[in-house]
Parts: sequence; C-alpha cells; structure tokens
Amino acid sequence: VSAGQSDSGTDLAESEQPHANRREVFLSLGVIAFAILVLFQTMQIPVSPIYSRVGPTVFPYLVAGGLFVLGVLLLVQALRGQWGATDADEDEAQPDWRALGWLGLGLVLNVALIDYLGFIIASTLLFCCVARAFGSRHLARDAAIAIILCVITYLGFARVLGISIGAGVLEGIL
Amino acid sequence: VDTLAQLAAGFAVALTPINLLWALVGCTLGTAIGVLPGLGPALTIALLLPITYKVDATAAFILFAGIYYGAMYGGSTTSILLNTPGESATIVTALEGNKMARRGRGAAALATAAIGSFVAGTIATMGLTFLAPLVVDFALRFGPAEYFSLMVLAFVTVSAVLGTSAVRGLTCLLFGIWLGLIGIDLQTGQPRFTFGLTELLDGINVIVVAVGLFAVGETLYLAARHHLGKDEIIPVQGSLWMTKEDWKRSWKAWLRGTLIGFPIGAMPAGGAEVPTFLSYYVEKKLSSHPEEFGNGAIEGVAGPEAANNASTAGVLVPMLSLGLPTSATAAIMLSAFQSYGINPGPLLLQNQPQLVWGLIASLYIGNVMLLILNLPLVGLWVKILKIPAPLLYGGILVFATIGTYGISQSPLDLVFLYIIGGIGYLMRRYDFPTAPVIIGMILGPLAEQEFRRAMTISQGDPTILLTRPLSATLLAIAAVALLSPFVYRAFKR
Repeated sequence: VSAGQSDSGTDLAESEQPHANRREVFLSLGVIAFAILVLFQTMQIPVSPIYSRVGPTVFPYLVAGGLFVLGVLLLVQALRGQWGATDADEDEAQPDWRALGWLGLGLVLNVALIDYLGFIIASTLLFCCVARAFGSRHLARDAAIAIILCVITYLGFARVLGISIGAGVLEGIL
Repeated sequence: VDTLAQLAAGFAVALTPINLLWALVGCTLGTAIGVLPGLGPALTIALLLPITYKVDATAAFILFAGIYYGAMYGGSTTSILLNTPGESATIVTALEGNKMARRGRGAAALATAAIGSFVAGTIATMGLTFLAPLVVDFALRFGPAEYFSLMVLAFVTVSAVLGTSAVRGLTCLLFGIWLGLIGIDLQTGQPRFTFGLTELLDGINVIVVAVGLFAVGETLYLAARHHLGKDEIIPVQGSLWMTKEDWKRSWKAWLRGTLIGFPIGAMPAGGAEVPTFLSYYVEKKLSSHPEEFGNGAIEGVAGPEAANNASTAGVLVPMLSLGLPTSATAAIMLSAFQSYGINPGPLLLQNQPQLVWGLIASLYIGNVMLLILNLPLVGLWVKILKIPAPLLYGGILVFATIGTYGISQSPLDLVFLYIIGGIGYLMRRYDFPTAPVIIGMILGPLAEQEFRRAMTISQGDPTILLTRPLSATLLAIAAVALLSPFVYRAFKR
C-alpha cells in the first residue's frame, strides 16, 4: 500500500521472471478504448470558424492523444510484466465477490428507490447492505443504527444546511 | 511590518467567537476523519461544499483549513495505534510509530507526533505568512502564458514525479482533465462530452468525483479485501509526557522535518508523501541510534510527522498566492472559492485581505487547538477507532449518498457517483493515484482558459509559450521533471 515499498516491488518484479498479467493487459486496452471514445466524441464537437484560434476541440484532442499514448505505454508495461503494482501478492488474491455483491446490491437499491421512497429508507437499505458486505450479521442492530443515522443526516442537511433532499415516505412526516 | 499589520487584522477576524467556533468544529472534525481510516480531508471538504451557500467565505475557509490541518494530526494516531495509515501522508509514521506502540511506548509516540505537528505547523504557518505576499509580488508579473506553463509544471509534478509510476499518474491526470471538459464550453457555447444528457451541460460536479473516488471506490476496495485480515488496535501505554531523552531526540527531528516539508509543499509540486519519506530517510541517516530504526525509533515518528504538517501549510502558499492547488484537498478548496465567485490568484490577497489573513491567523489558533485536542484528549479518538467496520463504511456511504443526492436530487448523479466509484476501485486495485484526477478536473479548465488567453494575445502563435523567458523556464523544468527518470533509466541499462 505504501509508495515506499513500490520501488523494491519494481526491482523484485524485474529481477524475477516478469510475465504478462492478463488483468493489467485488459485494463490498458480499456484505457486505449477510452482514448478512442474521447477522440470520436471530440470529432463530433462542431467548430465554428469564428473561433478558429483555439476552438473547443484543441484540449479534447490533446487529451485523446495523450490517453492513447499512455494506454499503449501501459499495455507495453503490462505485457512485459513491468507494471509493478504495490501489492504483488494481491494479484493472486481474488477479490471477495460476495462482499462486492452485497455492496453492489445496496448501491443499486439506493439509486432505484431514492426517488420513490426517499433518502431515509433508501439509505437505510444501503447501510444494511454495506454492513453485510463487511461481514455484519446483526441486521436488527444495523437497521436501527441506520435509521437513526439517516434521520440525523437528513435533518442536518435539510434543516441546518437548507439543502433540499427531496420528498419521501418518512421525510414527509419529519 | 506591513505583513504583521495584516496578520494582526487577520487575528481580529479569526478571534471573533463565531470564527473560533468554526475553527474548533473544523479541527475536531478534521481530527476525527483523520483518525478514521478511509475518510480523508478531501472527501470531507467535498461533502461540506454545500455549506458555501449558507455561511460567508471566511467562516467556510476557516472550517476547511481546520479540517485539512486536523486530518494530519489525526492520521498519525491511526498510524501509531493501528498500523493502518489514516492518511497517505502518515504512512511513514506507521513504520516506527506502530513499533513503538507495540513496545509499550505508544504514548510517547503520540506525544512526539502531536508536539512535532504543532511545532512544524506553527513554523510553517509563519513561513506561509511571510512567503505568500512575496510570491504574490512575483506572480503579479505573470501573464496568461506564464500561468499556463506554471499549470503544466504543476500537472507534471503532481502526476509524474510524485507517486510510483509516471505513466499511471499521467493517465489519471488526463482522465481528470477530461472530466473537467464535460459540459458547455464557456467560450464557444459548444457542449462537450455530454452524451446527449442535459444534466451534463453544467459539467460533472466535483463533489460527485471526489466522493466517488474517495468514498465509494475506497469502500469497494476495502470490502473486496476485507477477508484478508484485520488490524488490531494497540492500547495507549506509557506516559504522555516524553522523557528528557525523548525530547532530546525529537526536537532536532521536528525542525529538520519542518525544513524538508515546508519548501516541498510550497513548490508547485505539493504533496505530503514525498517530504515524509525524505524526512524518514534523513533521520535514519543522522540518528545516533540507527539500530533502533525498524524497532521503534522516536526520530522516525518525530521527523515525518513534522514534515507532513509543514508541507500542509506549504501547499497553502501556491494555493492562496497563485490559485494553484497541488493536492486533492487544495483542489477542492479551490472549487469552493469558485462557488463563492472569488477568483483565486495573486489578486486574492488584495481583494480579499479579510478572508486570506483571517484564514492564516486561524491556522495559528487551529494548531493550538489541535495540540490540545490530540494530546490530552487522545483517548477520545482511540474510541472512534473502535467503531466496527460494517457500521463505519455503512455510514460513509450514507454520507456519500446525501452529499451527492443533495446537489440536484437527481438519481443520475448517484449513477455517475457509482461509475466513478467503480473506476476508483480499479484505480486503487491497480495502483493508480487518485489525487491527479481531482487536480486535473479543477485545474484543467483553468489551464485551457489561460491557454486561450495566451493565444489571443499572441494572435494564435503558440511560440509565445517559449519566447517569454519565464514561461519557457517553467516549461523546461516541467520537461526535465517529466523526462529525466526515463533518461536516467536508459543510461542505467
């Protein structure tokens, strides 16, 4: 995790037999694909001749070109096994898909329900899913804490800061 | 003398009860989020940006600066007691500090960290007081070409020089600049990268990006590797009063750390990580007990802690005098200036003396508050560390939701938040730095603006960037900083 270990990590990767990392290759291809997307999007920006000097497309073209070059460099590094990410063993360790699944569920529920049920209920569900993702088995306790936290947060933002957090089932009562 | 008079006026602003209260709230909140792993000052200030609609600019910046300083103090507590750095700038502190805690000297480590932070923070704030007006005098001669070149230099240093990989850093920077380009181009009125969504015409809000990267991305990352094990909190042991020997070994390290941290922070490179590593290395070289390094040497805590606090004050020099943010937190503070319609730059000191000097004065006061908050009250923060991870991260995502949803009550903002969060997860996992994204997003549009101004002045001749000596020098430094590692490596082969 630390930047200091990375130097030794790079040396280590170079002294051992470097090998291409499949995920890193995909990621660099993603960067290249993104650069191409930016390029196509830039070509669709109409340029008025009045603003011929530095039009709205100069910076976007620079960004697209730069990203493309960097994506290729990343790809080369990935193919040569020179990426040198700080946690070498982390590539071996599979991410905890179950935890990510619970978290993803919470996020999707939140965005799907927040307009209909309001911030408090949607975020309470989110809280419980996140807690489950981090291994909590106390649903009742989590839900109780979540509701209290969400109500306090809602009141803080809506009343103290005066920011509209939208209407909802419970928000109407408060 | 003029500076001192201005500073006195600043104290008059900062010492009003309401501003003292804002400073106290900021310092307390800053320490708390510094202590909590996963929460940082950039995220906290982003979530609090809506406050800019409610309170006046001086109060808001006193609050933000308190959070910025406080996070540096609080981060060290986590590094020492948990071995998980609370902040990236306190990674080095964990090296020796956690070893000290394991040997029952946790209290001494906390004390040298807090007192060192106070000493360094105060000296560096003095540095800020006297250096900022000088930089302003210099910067008033800058034209758009010089500004653009200075921004290019800052882009290179924050993304390519600091951090582990220049290629990955620059990739993140360009991604950030692209995010900043989204929306209507102010000069020509053309929409750019809006994908036909009217919601994107105003651009992506920096809150969405900062919260996505720092809260959602971080939570995903930690959830994905939560099964990899847990850190134990070491209870505070020993006396909070350092022994004579501790003082003797600490004070020089504090001063050296300050001397390393402040200039590096004040250069348009910024960042607190490099000075902490440098300070650690220097202390290890100069120590009369080099054998203790790796087993809990107090200099290894004192020096880096002083360095990170000094660099925090240093970062405020280009921020307040040039409008140039060189850390993610400073970039978000810059967007707060924009939200007030205040133009940060060399004229800030002239146009908003009350704000700038009130802010600087509050930093002196904040340092005193933070020393008290972090030394006698350290037990309180240890309690915060005991919040179980499920509740902590559940809470973080609830805050992330309300901060984002509150922008325009649009679920679409939440969708963007999660997309950015997913990208943030990949960045964390594959070791891409996040700060360049934020800096690129805030500074990119400003760089484009200066570039266009320069081109208008030169009637479209881009060589203006190279024919003006100052601009050429800045670009040359940027080129050297960017290319020298590659050249060096090529020679080594």
